[in-house]
Amino acid sequence: MRKLSSTWWNIGFQLLGILLAILFTTLILIFVGAPPLQTYWLIIKGAFSSLNSISNDFVVWVPLILATSGVLITFSAGLWNIGIEGQITLGAIFTTGVLRLLQSTSLPPMLIIFISILAGMLGGAIWAALAGALKTFGGVNEIFGGLGLNFVATALTLWLIFGPWQRPGVGSMSGTEPFRESLWLPQIPELRISLWSVFLGILAVVVVYLLLRSTYFGLKLKAVGKNIRAAFFLGIPTWQYLMISFIACGLLAGLAGAVQVVAVYHRLIPSISSGYGFLGLMVAMLVNYQAIWAAFIAFFYASLNIGAIQLPIVLKLDSSISGILQGMLVLFVLIVDGIRQRLLKQ
Amino acid sequence: MIIETKGISKTFGVGPSAVHANVDITLSIPAGMIYGILGENGAGKSTLMKILSGYIQADSGQIVLDGQTATIHSPIDAIHYGIGMLHQDPLDFPPMLVIDNFMLGHHGSLIPDQVKAKTELLNLEERFGFSIAPESYVDSLTVGERQQLEIMRLLWMGVQVLILDEPTTGISAPQKEVLFSTLRRLAQDGKTIIFVSHKLEDVEILCNKIAVLRQGFLVGGMQPPYDINKLVEMMFNKAISLGNRQPCTPGKVTFVIQALELEDYRLHINLENLELRAGEVIGLAGMEGSGQGLFLRTCAGLVRPVGGKLIVGNNDLTGKPYQKFLENNVAYLPSSRLEEGLVSGMTLAEHFLLAEEQKGYFLDIEYGRSLAMERISDFNIRGTPSTPVESLSGGNQQRALLALLKTPLTLLLLEHPTRGLDIESSIYIWRKLKERCSQGTAIIFISSDLEEILQYSDRILVFFSGRVSSSLEASQTTVDQLGQLIGGKGWEAIMDEVKFNA
Repeated sequence: MRKLSSTWWNIGFQLLGILLAILFTTLILIFVGAPPLQTYWLIIKGAFSSLNSISNDFVVWVPLILATSGVLITFSAGLWNIGIEGQITLGAIFTTGVLRLLQSTSLPPMLIIFISILAGMLGGAIWAALAGALKTFGGVNEIFGGLGLNFVATALTLWLIFGPWQRPGVGSMSGTEPFRESLWLPQIPELRISLWSVFLGILAVVVVYLLLRSTYFGLKLKAVGKNIRAAFFLGIPTWQYLMISFIACGLLAGLAGAVQVVAVYHRLIPSISSGYGFLGLMVAMLVNYQAIWAAFIAFFYASLNIGAIQLPIVLKLDSSISGILQGMLVLFVLIVDGIRQRLLKQ
Repeated sequence: MIIETKGISKTFGVGPSAVHANVDITLSIPAGMIYGILGENGAGKSTLMKILSGYIQADSGQIVLDGQTATIHSPIDAIHYGIGMLHQDPLDFPPMLVIDNFMLGHHGSLIPDQVKAKTELLNLEERFGFSIAPESYVDSLTVGERQQLEIMRLLWMGVQVLILDEPTTGISAPQKEVLFSTLRRLAQDGKTIIFVSHKLEDVEILCNKIAVLRQGFLVGGMQPPYDINKLVEMMFNKAISLGNRQPCTPGKVTFVIQALELEDYRLHINLENLELRAGEVIGLAGMEGSGQGLFLRTCAGLVRPVGGKLIVGNNDLTGKPYQKFLENNVAYLPSSRLEEGLVSGMTLAEHFLLAEEQKGYFLDIEYGRSLAMERISDFNIRGTPSTPVESLSGGNQQRALLALLKTPLTLLLLEHPTRGLDIESSIYIWRKLKERCSQGTAIIFISSDLEEILQYSDRILVFFSGRVSSSLEASQTTVDQLGQLIGGKGWEAIMDEVKFNA
């Protein structure tokens, strides 16, 4: 039994979880009448077969790793920042707003992009601070506060798209009027990916990793997250730390929203957050809140998203099959780990 | 009911770190008497009782009830057999009404018969001389009353065997009297009472027979008249005494209370002026919830007084936040170690890093390790720098908390510093605290153990439902006197005396 605590057993159990997740997804595929092997092959091909598809993986990876890095901070403080979706959305709204404001000025385009990204981070931070204030001063659980603010953010987006920021002519679900190409974050020719945004993603995950692992801030945040009363008695200003963790997460979420505007869609669209916030929560859970693995797992999830795009065309299968696999992975890895912990206790 | 355990063994963990909590324990407990299980902390008393009441299962051995082998896999099974357990911390439902809590677990139809339950409750109360209002909330009761409620609930469910785990911890002297007379009556009625304790004086006056456990083994038993020295020897394998009182040599005044006025939702307290000198120890005695906790938290800056002044050193800290008190070298150690003192899931090294003055923004892991090593050996903590605090035993957790305190300290405030610890651990803790005193730290502590208060304090404040005595000289106070004051008796005498002295 003592062996169960060793690293190899740990890895073995995680592999078991992954196997079970694949097994269950396969069962579902068989149930809906899809050929499992071909489906998996198509996903792999769709994700990795060409430079174009790999670069598309990174297009998804950037906002996903930004969101994951953000929630790693709030998880560390013991908070379930469900409101991250809204924070991404507000980031996109603020970025779009600033771009609209400055697009006809004579400022250099790179400066405009830079300011708009900062504005996006500010927007995310404000939305996160709202959830944080509701929690620390209003006694509203961050899950409920965040959920409510997500709905408000969605409504705000729709109102802007169909109201004040309407396209010339008639507003449509396809979003606001696209910005001119000089206001796009520079992309690699022929590909959709911008090295700038990849750089931002890498920077974020490295900074968060160091912050949580090697600084007093990270240690104190961890203490607040694990036992807020004891942390207070130890002299840590607890509510301030909760607020800071919300705001830090909001900055990263806002950055994700900004990237969605300046590097991916070049306009505001109705569901601009694309569920990356929720996906980020899943990635954080799957890596057991350890930042070091987040980058790789996020890339894996991103490639699942991209790989599944093929499925509706070739197999008449909905692309949400990748979501099933993603969810199954989290569930089974957590379940198997729970079983391991139980066995350890005995 | 006659309870027999035959060769009960239970081991936690595997390999060299395994703990043999019970080893081949064979006991026979007859009906109609109060049977004491005595042993220091970690002797295996609670494990054995939890096996009997179905909370955990033995690795081997049998439980035999009235000659029949019983299989007890859960507390439900135990209740079916008529075994009920009263836990050290009452397992009740603070947000519920007394009557609702009373009805829990009782078999009945879909819709509970509240009228009948209430009659039953009041009957039981009358029988034992309790007075708990059925419509009050459980969290408004004292620990003693919550025990009474739990006893009545178990009796109504028809238990024949009542197991009590350290029931005298945290209850007042009069409540203890009521509890003991209740237990005696139940034993007379033919119920089997198992009384688990590490307090010799309780076991001595109450139990008809005693079994002693030490490190998982049943090491002996005794019938009255008890030979206390022999019992102590059985418990610890050696004789122990608290040693002589060590009065302090007080230094200059470091903490001043002026016309302090405290208030919470049910108490209003006025305190006389008090000056505390460096190295002095003040013990706060009183029934749980008599205001001593409020006073201690006020001294720590966690609660703001409604009137008066608190002066630490030369600084008036009245109304200042807790952080300011910390900066002025005031420290507060709460009694619930894992809830408020330590952070579960973090290691000893991480705790020491947090408690030390922050150096720069980045953690120096190596510094944390060496700091932890140093404190671990200084404070005799059984653990390594990377040990998570929740895996430490109670005594080690308390030592870790002491090790976390910074130096120097002007004022150290302690809530039940040795609650739940065995005598050896307690003596160790107090040796460390007295070392602090000799370095000039003044100490105020709360304890429900009167011996502890008399032994270690220089002066004593007694709290009784919002009244606070003048400070009594510990050397001139007796256990009896203190016990009476806590119960609200003999106040005129000391107040007169104080006036006379003045």
